[in-house]
Amino acid sequence: MREIHTDQITDAVARLCIESNYYLGQDVLDALHKAREVEVSPVGREVLDQILENAGIADKQQMPLCQDCGLTVVFMELGQDVHLEGGDLNEAISAGVRQGYQDGYLRKSMVEHPFSSRTNTKDNTPPVIHTTIVPGDQLRLIVAPKGGGSENMSQLAMLKPADGREGVIRFVVDAVRKAGANPCPPIIIGVGVGGSAEKTMWLAKHALLREVGQASPDPEVAELEADILERVNRIGIGPQGFGGLTTALAVHAETFPCHIASLPVAVNIQCHSARHKEAIL
Amino acid sequence: MEITTPLSEKVIEQLRAGDKVSITGTIYVGRDAAHKRMVAALDAGDPLPFDPEGQIIYYMGPAPAKPGDPIGSAGPTTSYRMDPYAPRMMEAGLKGMIGKGNRSMPVREAMQKYKAVYFGAIGGAGALIAKSIRRAEVVAYDDLGAEALRRLEVEDFPAIVVNDIYGGDAYQDGLEEYSRE
Repeated sequence: MREIHTDQITDAVARLCIESNYYLGQDVLDALHKAREVEVSPVGREVLDQILENAGIADKQQMPLCQDCGLTVVFMELGQDVHLEGGDLNEAISAGVRQGYQDGYLRKSMVEHPFSSRTNTKDNTPPVIHTTIVPGDQLRLIVAPKGGGSENMSQLAMLKPADGREGVIRFVVDAVRKAGANPCPPIIIGVGVGGSAEKTMWLAKHALLREVGQASPDPEVAELEADILERVNRIGIGPQGFGGLTTALAVHAETFPCHIASLPVAVNIQCHSARHKEAIL
Repeated sequence: MEITTPLSEKVIEQLRAGDKVSITGTIYVGRDAAHKRMVAALDAGDPLPFDPEGQIIYYMGPAPAKPGDPIGSAGPTTSYRMDPYAPRMMEAGLKGMIGKGNRSMPVREAMQKYKAVYFGAIGGAGALIAKSIRRAEVVAYDDLGAEALRRLEVEDFPAIVVNDIYGGDAYQDGLEEYSRE
């Protein structure tokens, strides 16, 4: 058994909130550079240049890549041999969000009473926390701020098993088509297939944490990802919707067994400001 | 094309979907909550916190400014959420909107009717766009925080005409040119 103090968790979350909002991952930068090389639309190329320039400015000036510093999604993988000391774990994570968004000059975008007063909580709390208990004595924290524009383009379908692979592809391609310019393309497409309604949505979001463009380790899923990417990039939406070959930089899919009656599919779209940073305690 | 605010009818008539523009002058900033209040004011017959005649509204909620900076990251938000309010604002004299993403048919029809233009800025380029903002101040609805109504002084603010007053749509043109389906 290993002891971890909740104060360490607060400190790590605060730091990750700031780092994820200031610094775009090298994998995303590489994918954008690659897209810049193959894009044929002149406006599309210009948009990609400006997105890359923006990442440079944010990095140098230590400011958020995007004014939408997101709803703070925290994936926590808690080793079963860890003993947590200190205060309430969820409160420790919230305290980290509060501190990071304050110290980092990040925008506070959370409102309470969602269907009535919609009052800003003024510190970007509460975060959405997904906890998984795993073997070992470490705690892995991944902070993934998610912008509203891309999150709003999420889709869930409970397909018929008869719809099969082609049904899955068609649903994802249609979701991207409907989203159009709204989610700030070029996008990364998280896809969940299987499980239950909420599980498949979780899979779609979790898939976005993978390094951009890294194929699924499952060859069948990797092939599905490649086929969806090919189909999506035929639509022609292009960077920021002004037309072009680069609508998506990557498709990341995760699967889970499902009920004999079901074929759940979820789409969680990630804008080009694909932000997530992690720490292992 | 370089344009200055407020927008004149002559300039609006020249703009075509797909044109790259560089905007200089005063623009106003409002998004979901500010629009809800402004349209409620119009419905009640109350004056707006600013005179919209000939003005541009930028759909945006900035990140906080660091000490010494006029504003933090300041890129566009998705425009369709303001679609329920936009025709009323145009009726009140608004001539330009800056945002990102597709507009509804009623909004596009209102743009033709009231001769107003919709510009697209690059979503997610908030740090880059902030460099074109010289000054920022809250005009009204301070309690809304990031959603308060603001006035900006901008210089060479980069945007692309998405919808012009003739029914042109840069997104539709882009799709038609690059679709391989």
